[in-house]
Amino acid sequence: MTALTERQQLAYVDAQAADARVNVELETDEGMILNLGPQHPATHGTLRVTAKLDGEQVVWADVVPGYMHRGYEKLTEVRTYPQVTTLINRIDWLGSFANEVPFILAAEQLMEIEAPPRARCIRTILFEMARIANLVIFLGDLGVQLGAVTPTFYAFRDREHVLDQIEAVTGGRFHPNFDRIGGLKDDLPKGWIADTKAVMARIRSFCDEMEDLLFGNEIFEARTRGVGVIPAEVALAYGLSGANLRASGVDWDLRRDGGISGLAHDEVDWKVWTHPDGDSFARCWVRLQETREATHIVDQLCDGLPSGPIMAKVPRVIKVPPGEAYVETENPLGAMGYYLVSKGDLGPFRVKIRSASFSNISVVPWVLKGVYVPDIITILASLYFILGDIDR
Amino acid sequence: MRSLVLAIELAWWQQTVLRTIGVLAAVLLPAGTLVYVFLFKMMSFMQSRLGPMEAGPYGSMQLLAEVGKWIQKEDIIPWRADRKLFAMAPYIVVMTVFLTYVGVPFGPDAWFADLDVGIFYILAVSSISVLGILIAGWSSANKYSLLGGLRAAGQLIAYELPMVLAVVGVVIQAETLNLQGIVAAQHEGAIFGWDGIGNPFILTQFVGFLIFLVALQAELTQTPFDMPVAESELVSGYMTEYSGMRFLLFFIAEFASAGAFAAVAATLFLGGWALPGVDLDADYMNVLGPIVLLAKIMLVAFLVFWVRFTYPRFREDQLQQLAWKVLIPLSLVNILATMALKVAY
Repeated sequence: MTALTERQQLAYVDAQAADARVNVELETDEGMILNLGPQHPATHGTLRVTAKLDGEQVVWADVVPGYMHRGYEKLTEVRTYPQVTTLINRIDWLGSFANEVPFILAAEQLMEIEAPPRARCIRTILFEMARIANLVIFLGDLGVQLGAVTPTFYAFRDREHVLDQIEAVTGGRFHPNFDRIGGLKDDLPKGWIADTKAVMARIRSFCDEMEDLLFGNEIFEARTRGVGVIPAEVALAYGLSGANLRASGVDWDLRRDGGISGLAHDEVDWKVWTHPDGDSFARCWVRLQETREATHIVDQLCDGLPSGPIMAKVPRVIKVPPGEAYVETENPLGAMGYYLVSKGDLGPFRVKIRSASFSNISVVPWVLKGVYVPDIITILASLYFILGDIDR
Repeated sequence: MRSLVLAIELAWWQQTVLRTIGVLAAVLLPAGTLVYVFLFKMMSFMQSRLGPMEAGPYGSMQLLAEVGKWIQKEDIIPWRADRKLFAMAPYIVVMTVFLTYVGVPFGPDAWFADLDVGIFYILAVSSISVLGILIAGWSSANKYSLLGGLRAAGQLIAYELPMVLAVVGVVIQAETLNLQGIVAAQHEGAIFGWDGIGNPFILTQFVGFLIFLVALQAELTQTPFDMPVAESELVSGYMTEYSGMRFLLFFIAEFASAGAFAAVAATLFLGGWALPGVDLDADYMNVLGPIVLLAKIMLVAFLVFWVRFTYPRFREDQLQQLAWKVLIPLSLVNILATMALKVAY
């Protein structure tokens, strides 16, 4: 027998030890621990889900967020109020404009300023268009998570038109940074309303297409119906919000129930969609209906757009009087709120951001218990989170 | 030893060289065509985009560019991997495809091996690939690979059965296992006495054809049966740790076996290399036959890829239920009905 070098011996010992570890994981009752993420195609970002498996069944699972923490709450403390919107645009990057709204509303509340009616309407239009841009990607991404590649391309194709409209007003496709304390930066460009209504019709036909391609598909139903059921009381206990809560049968929407004066939702005729089942299918279906509903809201606001200024009387240098305010709005992902503490300076003293996805994924360990590995993906996809919205 | 190949007398070594080149061409040409026409172009058009357009006219050279890229890539073997098995696995999978093509006839004299048990041989060798996949899954020392490999094993075994049972119907009708015999039976047969177009078994064995297509989809691990490589769950399943040339081999195997199974389906159900009204023994069929068969391969592969680009994927348990509770009973009923009708007529 030829003598082994030290390196070969070490490699051999190492390999044996690795084999032993794998065998221990596979053969004991403890099961195998599968790390989904932080680098995993299904987590679209850097979420880590640790799942202990028995075969393909999940014994327990836990969520480990924080791989994308950017410290926005702290960063807001060293910026002036107009600068903060640039930052918080990047929390939920698919529906950026919606992130700015609750912060601006909280600052307006402290300064006791109200945006003029035209600004409120345009703000609501952009708010809903951010929702559409966000949810269209959800509908496309849903297909990919379940193995159908084609819907994604349709989603990106049609979202492009929504982004074009947002860009036409704000100059930014993803990060508009357009909302101002007391109103908006600019008025709408010429011809924008007619273009937008055409785009909304296009989004409605996209929703019909998704209904045919995905929601009417037997495999899609088999994969989502009865998977990841969250009863209403559990959903409320975990602080779920948005479509996830409404899919569990809770009729609660901040756009209607929040009593927010800075947005114009109470001036249009629209409906809050709910679904009694609470499973993955219900969550997806509610989002599909909300996308449609949002296009109707935009259409109605475009028709009844009041004239007038788009900016209230605001001092040139913005100083927010001392005080505390909490404003929560119904963002694409769910309830998003800013708790704003001011000491009368140029910038906020402290900002606490309540982002929807962070609360929404807190239910994941509860709902993943006992499901199969493919269902993890279905449930994560249907709970719908944006990593920036979890970690901030 | 001298014998006839394509009606030309050749020495044994000459035949061997020719057959080797022939098998390579038979495996790689349909595979390349499938990748370009379906994966690159049809998928793109279905998804309202153009697909590759830069490399060559309409991106037709894209595949060469991709192959060049893969060959240049670093060949990474994970530190914990079982190196020998890891290196061997893709070759087993590719070899299976070559072995499958050996049994497929392309014309009256254009064949690699005219076996009496042709279809039996093809179904037998085609299931070797599951070994390669299982080895790849295990030897990668990766949990995703392991799950993917085991899923593949369960799935391929489950769908082998309906596939074999669907073929039994054809064999009963043709009264032979020999693929040339099955082609001839379809060409010369008659549907309840009417022999205008012969008897392509898709018309009389349509249940068998549907079962065969579904099982084919699963054997090829194409969506909706792509659990073993489900990219949103298992990253890339048993292929996760492979890179460079070895990944390329898996990729070739995937599309070449799509071509091989499509060729088998075309031979069993669509009349193989024959066309209605041609003379089966004519010499020109040795040239026309491969072209006809390729056209029929494209037709079957079109169905496979159309479904692939449209459907979401099954869950593992639903996939097994479909095989054991629906397809296998259905194919048994099909065999019974075929036998009854065969005896009656």
